Amino acid sequence: MRPGAGSILLRYLLLAGLAIFFIAPLLMMFLGSLKADHRVLLESGSLTAFLPHELSLQNYSDVFRRTDFLRFFFNSLFITGCVVICGLVVNALAAYAFARLQWRGRDLIFNLVLALMILPFEAIAVPLFYGASILGLRDTYAVQILPFIANAFAIYLFYSFFIGIPKELEEAARIDGASTLRIFFSIIAPNAKPVFASVAILTFLTWWGSYLWPTMVTIGPTVRPLPVAIASFYTLPPLQWGDILAFGVMMVSPVLLLFVIFQRWFVAGVASSAMKG
Amino acid sequence: MATIEFDNVCKSFGDGINAIHELNLKVDDGELMVLVGPSGCGKSTLLRMTAGLEEVSSGEIRIDDRVVNHTPPQQRNVAMVFQNYALYPHMTVRGNLEFPLRMQKQPANRIEASVKRIAEMLDLSPLLDRKPKALSGGQRQRVAMGRAIIREADIFLMDEPLSNLDARLRVEIRGEIAQLQRELAITTLYVTHDQAEAMTLGQRVAIIDQGLLQQVGSPQEIYERPNNSFVAGFIGSPGMNLIQASLSSERGEIGLRLGSKRLPLPQPVLASYPGLASHREERLLVGIRPHAIHLAHADSTQHLAARVCAVEAMGHETILHLDTELIMHANPKTAADKARENQPHLLVQLNGHHNFRVGDQLRIELGIGKLCFFDADGRAIG
Repeated sequence: MRPGAGSILLRYLLLAGLAIFFIAPLLMMFLGSLKADHRVLLESGSLTAFLPHELSLQNYSDVFRRTDFLRFFFNSLFITGCVVICGLVVNALAAYAFARLQWRGRDLIFNLVLALMILPFEAIAVPLFYGASILGLRDTYAVQILPFIANAFAIYLFYSFFIGIPKELEEAARIDGASTLRIFFSIIAPNAKPVFASVAILTFLTWWGSYLWPTMVTIGPTVRPLPVAIASFYTLPPLQWGDILAFGVMMVSPVLLLFVIFQRWFVAGVASSAMKG
Repeated sequence: MATIEFDNVCKSFGDGINAIHELNLKVDDGELMVLVGPSGCGKSTLLRMTAGLEEVSSGEIRIDDRVVNHTPPQQRNVAMVFQNYALYPHMTVRGNLEFPLRMQKQPANRIEASVKRIAEMLDLSPLLDRKPKALSGGQRQRVAMGRAIIREADIFLMDEPLSNLDARLRVEIRGEIAQLQRELAITTLYVTHDQAEAMTLGQRVAIIDQGLLQQVGSPQEIYERPNNSFVAGFIGSPGMNLIQASLSSERGEIGLRLGSKRLPLPQPVLASYPGLASHREERLLVGIRPHAIHLAHADSTQHLAARVCAVEAMGHETILHLDTELIMHANPKTAADKARENQPHLLVQLNGHHNFRVGDQLRIELGIGKLCFFDADGRAIG
């Protein structure tokens, strides 16, 4: 039965309300970043916070003047980029080995890996910190990258996708003369683009906004990523909300951009792994 | 060009399932051998072992007298066509055809020439830049064939390549496969569960059931002189009628006792089956093809009374399911027989259209010269 006009209108109103609910904080942050510092707090309690007037880029230039923003941005990009790229290779290969290769102890190890998913990071943060200290890795890029390349949830997402790829494709490639690695890179990976995209985005989101571990292991600003930098910026006198909002906008923009570009694959990947999982 | 030999080949899986039992078979150079049997009989396992996709539990598989038990698939020089075609979905038709040659690291100009030749041979030229999802079932099948042919492998392995096609296309492509195989003269092992496909395609047919090789021979041999009651029931559409009978001798004349009827066996039949003499007064199974039973003439003395239970009018022929006093033997090994177990009817295949209705009473006559005989264990009596 075709829904009536009233029902459609109600549906759209509901969706519009939800959209406004989710977009309002971002919009407020963006507009606040363009306003003079004293107006930000003044208008924050009323709808005038959403009215664009007397806008300027002064807060942005203040951020660059008062902090080494580009260094923090590079640090975040480098750390997250390394975790994402290395993670895609390592976790996808591990998942392929669990899904398709025959080896002794495979199922036991796979179950142990899955069990890791229930461990919150906070539970292992302290032992990991001791380990990093003993190895002399504190205040380095390595300590922010290496422990997070292998990821149980990413392995699980890859695994549930790979297990659904028809085995005959691999068998055909094997008969055609392809080695196991060649099969992975020429046959499996090109057919698993959605899961690669969703794992990449999920990993990026997790590590772009990561705060606890970088706070524990970074000392100076040299290898400090954006979330830690914005926290220390918050405590840097004088407290200027306009500057903090401008910092926030520049920190959030790459994530939004990435999501908009890969939205289609992201949704497809999460949906398919959810169905198969 | 190559031969394939299976020497006492066994395959058992970890869960205690024995898929293949001591199988011995030789496929000659350039021959098209069809492996046929019901679902789960082990025929695909045998094919996959030949390809190197399954390990051999014991025995030897030899390709051109070379034992290949531990040779990886890529070193066996075999090409395989899968039931679901296994075309690489992210590659175009051209990419699919090129892939095996790229793996062999052939130069680009040779790859291009080979793709062009195969595309022309299989009428794929206009489709080269399409992806598999944009092809029909028949076109996909031809691409899968092309990918196998392009490698110029020694052996073709085909795993039910026609089962995903509709009936009309199946007949058409069956003809194309037979023609290609004749032209290329490549040793081919072809797996199917469809006995009609096996009979029309195979130069020789190997029938497998429950991992055991039941019979190997030309389609004609298998049809006319089945080795056992399983082969008799499995081959032919519909399969052979199997009737419980006993052999009796009265006044020096050997005859068959079928229910209350006694049919004397003429001398030519006894001469064709000399083994019958040693089965006197024993219970046995008599096989007769549905087309070897006909309506009795008015003056027939050897007729049997029957009642029509079902009529299958096919246009060019009519299949009657008849209730008679005969005790039918239901071979529980095949799905068809399982279905028949509940209705053990005598099947009769008559040419042309006949206006019979359920409940009609008939008189039929068995073609004595077309009978086959099996002992109580189902083995053919020679």
